[in-house]
Amino acid sequence: MKIQEPTSPGVTRRHVLVVMGATGLAVGSGAMTGRAFADAAAVDAAIKDKIGGKTAQAGRITLELPQIAENGNTVPIGIEVDSPMTANDYVKAVHVFAEGNPLPNVATFRFTPMCGMAKASTRMRLARTQNVVAVAEMSDGSFYRETVEVKVTIGGCGG
Amino acid sequence: MASVKPRIKVPKTATKGEIVEIKTLIKHNMESGQRKDNDGKTIPRQIINKFTCTYNGKEVFAADWHPAISANPLMTFHVKATETGTFEFTWTDDDGSVYSATADMTVS
Repeated sequence: MKIQEPTSPGVTRRHVLVVMGATGLAVGSGAMTGRAFADAAAVDAAIKDKIGGKTAQAGRITLELPQIAENGNTVPIGIEVDSPMTANDYVKAVHVFAEGNPLPNVATFRFTPMCGMAKASTRMRLARTQNVVAVAEMSDGSFYRETVEVKVTIGGCGG
Repeated sequence: MASVKPRIKVPKTATKGEIVEIKTLIKHNMESGQRKDNDGKTIPRQIINKFTCTYNGKEVFAADWHPAISANPLMTFHVKATETGTFEFTWTDDDGSVYSATADMTVS
């Protein structure tokens, strides 16, 4: 997470995210009128949709993305989750979300113990500079979360 | 889409217990549903929304794709080589068509 730890005790990470989302939305709609983007709050809602009321902990996920993407139409993304991948302890799925695209969902990768390792890669679209969030769903019902910021020079998603 | 053509990279041979990398690529526009044509009309979404891989009939890896996946989607993942057999890959389009491909691997 790139977000600084809150200094005052009453402020939670969720508050910070919501405030950041609101700011991002204001900036986004100012720059490109007539186009709706997802924001951190939309991503939080999409994550809640996948994991229910559970909380995702930090760690175990390596999210490989370029710091700067010149072309937002094809940004390589690699994900690896630290797991023994045995029949009793494995990664069931990894969900990927984007905070600054028109839609928050990007992809879900579904692993099985037969994969041997929870590692996958693909290429994604990024409409503008934004955070990419990965949430891993483990076989024991726990969740992990990782965020990476990507700076985009030319946005994808057409238009 | 008539031009859809999958490309698969699976090692021909592997030793038992080895974790092999599988690369797949399929030609597809992955029309996001966000773009507009010259008349300002939204071009309807048409993407591949599901990818699956089976190993001797058992599903080993799958992915759900949203419009944020790039055109000509690439998917790289890993499988533990346990027995000689066939991988079958399927891609499901929004319009209901299913594209498929197979690859064999000998495990010693």
